[in-house]
Amino acid sequence: MIMNKPELIYTTYIRTTPEKLWNAIINPEFTRQYWGGNENISDWKPGSKWVHATGDRDRVIRVTGKVVESVPPKRLVLTWADPAKEGDVSRVTFQIEPVEDEVRLDVIHGDFQPGSDMMTRVSGGWPRVLSSLKSFLETGVPLKSAACSSRQAVAAHS
Amino acid sequence: MVPDEDRVFKALADGSRRQLLDRLRTRGGLTLGELCQGHDMTRQAVTKHLVLLEAANLVVSVKQGRAKLHYLNPVPIHDIYMRWIGKFERKQVQALFNLKQALKENE
Repeated sequence: MIMNKPELIYTTYIRTTPEKLWNAIINPEFTRQYWGGNENISDWKPGSKWVHATGDRDRVIRVTGKVVESVPPKRLVLTWADPAKEGDVSRVTFQIEPVEDEVRLDVIHGDFQPGSDMMTRVSGGWPRVLSSLKSFLETGVPLKSAACSSRQAVAAHS
Repeated sequence: MVPDEDRVFKALADGSRRQLLDRLRTRGGLTLGELCQGHDMTRQAVTKHLVLLEAANLVVSVKQGRAKLHYLNPVPIHDIYMRWIGKFERKQVQALFNLKQALKENE
């Protein structure tokens, strides 16, 4: 059950295991391949910092936040902010659940600050990232348009 | 039940269901009651459509207390888009779409 009314929910079914899916979200080697060339970096312990940074030499941080909850391979809750505007914080929840022989992934992005443009900035990007993640896990090949460009701002939602 | 592509196309092949998706695109998190408002569809018909849309993973619902909130999930449509368009012809299709929009506005 979700306490606050979430603003964005994205769901996909992937032929994989919960462990592999969990690893694809938290392992920089994997995120770089399907998530706009960017890496998710943290020790993934509750209270720790996490960043979403470009996988090139510049290591530009696109998104930053704290790990709120981490229950591998089921549930990961993160705060989410543009490093240039850390007060404009929102919250992202990943929920992983096996369904028959596939795994269901829910991404819930909510708790946006009043007046924030973060919701518009990320709403086009999540479907792209999830399609690319599905392709990456099922075929080993990410989708080109989501995998390559790392130039645009927040979340490689470019 | 794992949704497959057939379910997505079947769910989309109906004007009333596309209308419900349009409503949820404009505003997410609507209850069944809110979705029924301003429609000539009965509550039963809307419920039936929502079942098919959820089975196709085009609509996702979350429970909040006793209310069930419905959201548009565009991921399956994006998967279809990427399969036939995204990899190859994105720029050309976008150009044609822009041309069509521009011509419509000039009408």
